[in-house]
Amino acid sequence: MTLLAVERIKLFTTRSPLWCTIAALGVTIGFAALIAGVDSDNLPTIASTQFGYGFGLVIIMVMATLAITTEYRFGTIRATFQAVPNRTSALLAKTAVVAMFAGIVGLIASFGSVAIAKLIRPSADLSISSGYEWRAVAGVGLVFAVAAVIAVAVGTMVRHSAGAVSLILVWSQLVESLVVLIPNVGDDIQKWLPFYVANKFLTGDPDPTTRAITDGPPPSDAVLSPWGAIAYFVGVAAVLLVIATVTANKRDA
Amino acid sequence: MIEAVGLSKRYGRTVAVDDLSFTVQAGRVTGFLGPNGAGKSTTMRMILGLDAPSAGNVRIDGKRYRELHNPLRTVGALLDAKWVHPNRSARAHLRWLAKSSKLPAKRVDEVLETVGLTDVANRRAGGFSLGMSQRLGIAAALLGDPQVLLFDEPVNGLDPEGILWIRRFMHRLADEGRTVFVSSHLLSEMALTAQELVVIGRGKLIAQCTTEEFVAQATENTVRVRSPQLALLRSALGQEGATVRDEGESLVVSDMDIAKIGDLAAAKGVALHELSTQRGSLEEAFIQLTGDSVEYHAAVDAEVPAQPVDLMPAGK
Repeated sequence: MTLLAVERIKLFTTRSPLWCTIAALGVTIGFAALIAGVDSDNLPTIASTQFGYGFGLVIIMVMATLAITTEYRFGTIRATFQAVPNRTSALLAKTAVVAMFAGIVGLIASFGSVAIAKLIRPSADLSISSGYEWRAVAGVGLVFAVAAVIAVAVGTMVRHSAGAVSLILVWSQLVESLVVLIPNVGDDIQKWLPFYVANKFLTGDPDPTTRAITDGPPPSDAVLSPWGAIAYFVGVAAVLLVIATVTANKRDA
Repeated sequence: MIEAVGLSKRYGRTVAVDDLSFTVQAGRVTGFLGPNGAGKSTTMRMILGLDAPSAGNVRIDGKRYRELHNPLRTVGALLDAKWVHPNRSARAHLRWLAKSSKLPAKRVDEVLETVGLTDVANRRAGGFSLGMSQRLGIAAALLGDPQVLLFDEPVNGLDPEGILWIRRFMHRLADEGRTVFVSSHLLSEMALTAQELVVIGRGKLIAQCTTEEFVAQATENTVRVRSPQLALLRSALGQEGATVRDEGESLVVSDMDIAKIGDLAAAKGVALHELSTQRGSLEEAFIQLTGDSVEYHAAVDAEVPAQPVDLMPAGK
């Protein structure tokens, strides 16, 4: 508990997490507002309100990466390890706090997106009732939290802000979509890449009665079931976190 | 008490610290002296468990750093004053440190008061001058009211007032019975601050003794003599067993008391134009002792002028 409080103080006593949060919420909710407002032919659906979650996700992952790389950059990681020589607990506490925060931001972003769509187009049916709808909205919180764990783990391993952020961005925004360009095997590889799989949790198996394909983010055709997909995503994050913790324990701070 | 036994640290093929053994006693200020790159900071990081030794170990009151419970309450350290997030306020920086060791929030205000940063506590630490940063670092070190304190080059870049403040502060901490271990590459500074010395060069122990012993042993006293009858005096001194060396228009005599040289000159009827004690500077002595162990030599050896008296605390 003490360590969680320590990491909470650290996270909220610099301003960049606040800016990142505002940016993430603004982009995600703004995108939902844009879609609801511009498309006058169709009423927004739950699926269409969640179009912009990926933009917020990227920003929150940058925030999560910086939460650890700035500690290496400014040497506060040494002060941390001096105060808490058990590096594993120090890093797990940081990961937990950052992931929880990211999850909350994700929830505000997704429910905020639904709310703003309803506000702009009051006639739209935006009730959240089916399993798919719950996953598409509340699930965003979970995906944000797990993605933050991945970001912290990568940040711990790479230690340099620029390097870690580039790696995260290039991987999630370029590598995972461009991998299909590899002849023959590209498609099959993509089906197992973590962010592509996470998208399956949010967009997969839609209830056909409430969702037109064109209304939502392109559905993932990862082979796992939605819950299998999130389990896989959590698994990837856990493996990265274990590797990061082991490296941090081995390396000189 | 800090006790290092056979402490070594290798980075690839470079040996930063080589089989270093020393002890640091409580109630004294112990200086950790060595040229730049001698391995002082590495040793301090190993004491704090930040770097893992390649061999040997170091214990604080018999325990390894990682075994300490709430270590900030046992060991306080200022290794680098810049180890603060520049956008975090001084108070917030101390607040998370205090929280990590389950120290009450009012302790933060106490240490801010001790180092005189109360007025700027809510300003971002990135805007602090070097002197203020050092004070913040010292506040962090004092937070847990520890019995063991480590400072790495605490006076580097400080103005004279700041240096004096830190020097007095360390003496006060030692007088309270704490273990104070402070590193520096300046012997003159250590001569004023430290009572005990651990001297290293290229990662190896050169000496562990009191500062007085080190200074006495290191600085050889010589006498400079100028005279129109230099040749006569030289042979007379040689007969009496003194070691004489020519230095321009004068002689430099060692192994003989100044009064005796004067008496000898009078007995031989030699007129003297100068008879003065030359005290080797601490810097000279330091270079003499660590000369072989400096990591990076300048291509052109700078002339080190003998600076008498000023730097010499002993015997004043």
